[in-house]
Amino acid sequence: MKIEEQAMKDYLKLSGLEPLVFTPNLNFVNIGERTNVTGSKKFARLILNGNYDEALEVALDQVRGGAQILDVCMDEGMLDGEAAMVKFLNLIASEPEISRIPIMIDSSKWSIILAGLKCVQGKGIVNSISLKNGEEEFIHQAKTIKKFGAAVVVMAFDEKGQADTYERRIQICERSYRILVDRVRFNPQDIIFDPNIFPVATGMEEHRKNALDFFLATKWIKENLPGAKVSGGVSNVSFSFRGNDRVREAMHAAFLYHAIHHGMDMGIVNPSMLEVYDDIPKDLLERVEDVFFDRKEDATERLLEFADTVKSSGKKEVVNEAWRSDPVAKRIEHALVKGILDFIVEDTEEARQLLQNPLKVIEGPLMDGMNVVGDLFGEGKMFLPQVVKSARVMKKAVAYLEPFMPLPEEGKEDSSLKKILLATVKGDVHDIGKNIVGVVLACNSYQIIDLGVMVDAQKIIDEAVKNKVDIIGLSGLITPSLDEMVNVASEMERQGLKIPLLIGGATTSRIHTAVKIDPVYSGTVIHVTDASKSVPIAGESISEETRDQYHLDIKETYKRLREEHEAKQSAKQLISYAEAMENPVDIDWTAFEPIKPKVLGTQILDNLDLNEIRKYIDWTPFFSTWMLSGKYPKILEDPVVGSEAKKLFNDAQRMLDQLIDGKWLTAKGVFGLFPVQRKGDDAVVYSPEKKDLTLGQFHFLRQQGKKGKGVPNRSLADYLHPDKVDYIGCFAVTSGLGMESKLAEFQKAGDDYNDILFKALADRLAEAAAEYLHEQVRINYWGYSPEENLENDSLIREEYTGIRPAPGYPACPEHSEKETIANLLEMEKAIGITLTSSYAMYPTSSVSGFYFAHPDAKYFGLGKIAQDQVESYAKRKGISLEDAERLLSPNLAYTPAKLLVNQTV
Amino acid sequence: MQNRTETLLQAIQDRILILDGAMGTMIQRYQLTEEDFRTESLKNHPKSLKGNNDLLSLSRPDIIKAIHAEYLGVGADIIETNTFSGTSIAQADYELSHLAYEINFQSAKLAREVAEEFTSQNPQKPRFVAGAMGPTNRTASISPDVNDPGYRAINFDQLAEAYAEQVRGLLDGGSDILLVETIFDTLNAKAALFAIQDVFEERNIPLDPLEGGIPIMISGTITDASGRTLSGQTTEAFLISVSHVPLLSVGLNCALGAKELRPYLKVLANKAPFFVSAYPNAGLPNEFGAYDQNAQEMAAQVKEFLQEGMLNILGGCCGTTPDHIRELAKLADGFEPRKIGKEELAENED
Repeated sequence: MKIEEQAMKDYLKLSGLEPLVFTPNLNFVNIGERTNVTGSKKFARLILNGNYDEALEVALDQVRGGAQILDVCMDEGMLDGEAAMVKFLNLIASEPEISRIPIMIDSSKWSIILAGLKCVQGKGIVNSISLKNGEEEFIHQAKTIKKFGAAVVVMAFDEKGQADTYERRIQICERSYRILVDRVRFNPQDIIFDPNIFPVATGMEEHRKNALDFFLATKWIKENLPGAKVSGGVSNVSFSFRGNDRVREAMHAAFLYHAIHHGMDMGIVNPSMLEVYDDIPKDLLERVEDVFFDRKEDATERLLEFADTVKSSGKKEVVNEAWRSDPVAKRIEHALVKGILDFIVEDTEEARQLLQNPLKVIEGPLMDGMNVVGDLFGEGKMFLPQVVKSARVMKKAVAYLEPFMPLPEEGKEDSSLKKILLATVKGDVHDIGKNIVGVVLACNSYQIIDLGVMVDAQKIIDEAVKNKVDIIGLSGLITPSLDEMVNVASEMERQGLKIPLLIGGATTSRIHTAVKIDPVYSGTVIHVTDASKSVPIAGESISEETRDQYHLDIKETYKRLREEHEAKQSAKQLISYAEAMENPVDIDWTAFEPIKPKVLGTQILDNLDLNEIRKYIDWTPFFSTWMLSGKYPKILEDPVVGSEAKKLFNDAQRMLDQLIDGKWLTAKGVFGLFPVQRKGDDAVVYSPEKKDLTLGQFHFLRQQGKKGKGVPNRSLADYLHPDKVDYIGCFAVTSGLGMESKLAEFQKAGDDYNDILFKALADRLAEAAAEYLHEQVRINYWGYSPEENLENDSLIREEYTGIRPAPGYPACPEHSEKETIANLLEMEKAIGITLTSSYAMYPTSSVSGFYFAHPDAKYFGLGKIAQDQVESYAKRKGISLEDAERLLSPNLAYTPAKLLVNQTV
Repeated sequence: MQNRTETLLQAIQDRILILDGAMGTMIQRYQLTEEDFRTESLKNHPKSLKGNNDLLSLSRPDIIKAIHAEYLGVGADIIETNTFSGTSIAQADYELSHLAYEINFQSAKLAREVAEEFTSQNPQKPRFVAGAMGPTNRTASISPDVNDPGYRAINFDQLAEAYAEQVRGLLDGGSDILLVETIFDTLNAKAALFAIQDVFEERNIPLDPLEGGIPIMISGTITDASGRTLSGQTTEAFLISVSHVPLLSVGLNCALGAKELRPYLKVLANKAPFFVSAYPNAGLPNEFGAYDQNAQEMAAQVKEFLQEGMLNILGGCCGTTPDHIRELAKLADGFEPRKIGKEELAENED
């Protein structure tokens, strides 16, 4: 009995993408049955017509309707059942909302069951096997199912036929159980009996006890066969009342009620054909139960009599637009959660009339709805693109209400909302991330004061004080912004601010915040990794209950991080700059002759064909902008974010069509190819026409980390010929020209979704244009790879010869080199790109960089460098050590003297 | 005398067993060239073979043995065969599917040789060889074609066939354990389990290690902070989906560092009726894709799960080196292994 004792301690455990464990707390488990070609005419028609998209909708409806297991059956004479099973299960696997729940593979054909078992990654149920063809086949099938790791439904059926009495039911079930447990060693928890639900009230004498026998057999199985479960198809019981849904619904409800009381664990039930037990009229219930329990001689006649008197309640079609009949507050919530714009104005108007006050509409149903959105987002049940759409609905509702609002009294403000000021710091023009944070916070009942981009420290502080904000949030994308953030923080300290400061943006990091920003501000400073984190952080840092403790905790955490960082710094081994120079990339220059470009000098391409450029887009970063992580195109099939990614991708394609047709922006590029002479780690650029005329000088940096044997300390300079005249290129592209008018349109409409989408696409187009231009240069203008023919995937994987590193990126992290590129190319005059004081490019959707042609040229990361190299760099560039340290601050392996003084103050 | 399975079952009750660290990271240190990957008979093979690390078991067994020896030298109880990509499916990329059996056989054989050497030097610390079965480079649950979600680049039968060949090679070469690892699609893993059961049946090997079967270890991969496998399963759903086989252990490896792995490991520690294993990466990759968590940092994070008694088998995945394993072995020495049976309590507490 050991295996059975063990089984009693265990539970039946099933899984789809998520677990389904039959703990005692789990009530009756409902198996969705509309995806069964024998049970649903509609589904059969869809499958026979090959309309699998709509067939999937049927499955989805089942899940949304509360099905906990999905029964899939393809037993239909006109159908290749195996192929249909495989195709449908594979499609289900791509729909995470459906494949969340376990699958029941339902067939009377063993081959179809096998085909189905090979498609489900979770632990499902086979429905069904039986002793119909004897023990040998039964054992073989059970063993195979066990090998696949599925549970099994066993029909009460043996060599003599279906069990139709109580005795036959328990006899067959016991025999089956003993074979499965003793001989196949099947886990008793994985055995589910179907003791046959047969019709009652058929008028035939032998059917009188059909329901009662089922109830009693169920009870017996649960008491005598440890671990085993009971299931059944409920609708069979009312078979003789087809066409009279009122009676059928009552019968189903009553049958289920009693079956569950007798121990039935799960069943196939059509939820739309089910009355609530307590709502069954007493007289009808009595007649139904008389039939089930065979309590009266004339029970069947009495129920038939009653059936004639009641009209069918008619088919309850579950309409898609059912939510439209909910109360207005529910409708508004639904529209917000689903991002539906269609009815929001009429619903808002209805709420306004109801509540008699536009403000109450905002604080009531709209805010409640947005809180639901915020919660779902926080729990990972909604994704960013959905939240942005919710915000769009919210804005439309608020915009509608605005004309009805009373003018605010002078000096009096709505103080119920906490205020958060957001700004991209001086010198930086990037704002996609900041806008996303703004939307997410606004969804969580914060009032957002967005100062935009390139905001200097004093303006941030002045506005914060004037508006009495509760939090300041700083954003930045380029590395010089890190220093500007330190500056803002120290100004806040100097001017006596105490409010929490949130730090976010692509280059920011927890360690930088801890080491550089936190020490200069005595208020709370918190690094925010992404938009979803901004909500709890904002909440904790200002709520009266939590803020003091939070302040202490975060200060303590950052202090510890600083100490660890210090300890690590001293341990990190660097070699001297001189040693690093001695260990360059090992290139055999005797075997390489610099390739002279076909076209020297500067070329402008001032109207790049966007239809061509879009083919070069790398979509993966586009999705990460929206906080959807995963590689394109796989992300579109991602079980968690796939469906949102797909929607977003479709929206992006649509906008791309529009922006190209409507000429919402233009893309331009400029590049130059020049003779160059390497000089140490610098490169002197000469005029192509006048050999002695120096046009400018690039300054490169060299890795200083201690390397293993045979591994070089790389510098971009290594890719240029050490003695001979070589060639170098530089380029700039932008796709941000002319965006303003369209952006203004979106902003006016309060349409953050399209605003962010447009900016993200412009960024992608700029990168794509850089890719395209580089390819043109390799094949035509420089022409060192004339035969190249690479797919976009290969371009993204950087399989081409040569590289195009960009200042500000790992190989050459120092941004001010862009100035040299700008001068060489006359970038502003050529294509209208300007540089800010922190060397960010404007328009934002722009890219610039170098071209190196040597086949050994590789991308790399500079890593940390020591003071000796910084001194050399300052000297080569003709700037002060202090300025060089500021420019290289993220890469310094040491704390510059100047900062040390500041920190001790 | 005890057979090897009995010895292993005894050892795993007594202490936390140490699994080795990354093979690829160690191979990189040798800065090998194309020539190193070519055996005599592959001299004129048309495809580039550099990067086909499993092939080194045939072309440079000296290197693979040296790496095994390094890990055993720092205290690993179990070493993994150099067969992560040893199925005919994964080898198809190099047009070397026909070498799959040979790779598995030789890899197991040479790992066993080194393990035996160490065992004979110190019989008090017996060493074991786990035949590594990677996920292959195709998934049975996910379509590679965006426009055709019903399409599959590989199916269950093809996977099961390839895995069966791998299992035969690993067993013939002398593996003590089979380790189905880095599972990102549970359906692939189920095919591997199916193949193992097939081969066991064919050779009359019992499935349950308690009855003398070859122990089977399973290790899934949670791809990111969503807490799910690539094919979308939660940790518990994954556990349920592979529990039909009497496993030696279930666990997690790769993709995340120790700290990130902890919440998902806890699910297994609470619910698994098997021993629990973990071999995380050396932290998360840095912005250049390299792993730079050092041995002490990793050990500090791992210490938390040891303190909570969550583990029976501990090792390292991407980026870990003998330094890491030495540190983990030292650390694990001071802690009790997890006891099976805790899950019933935990379940009732839920």
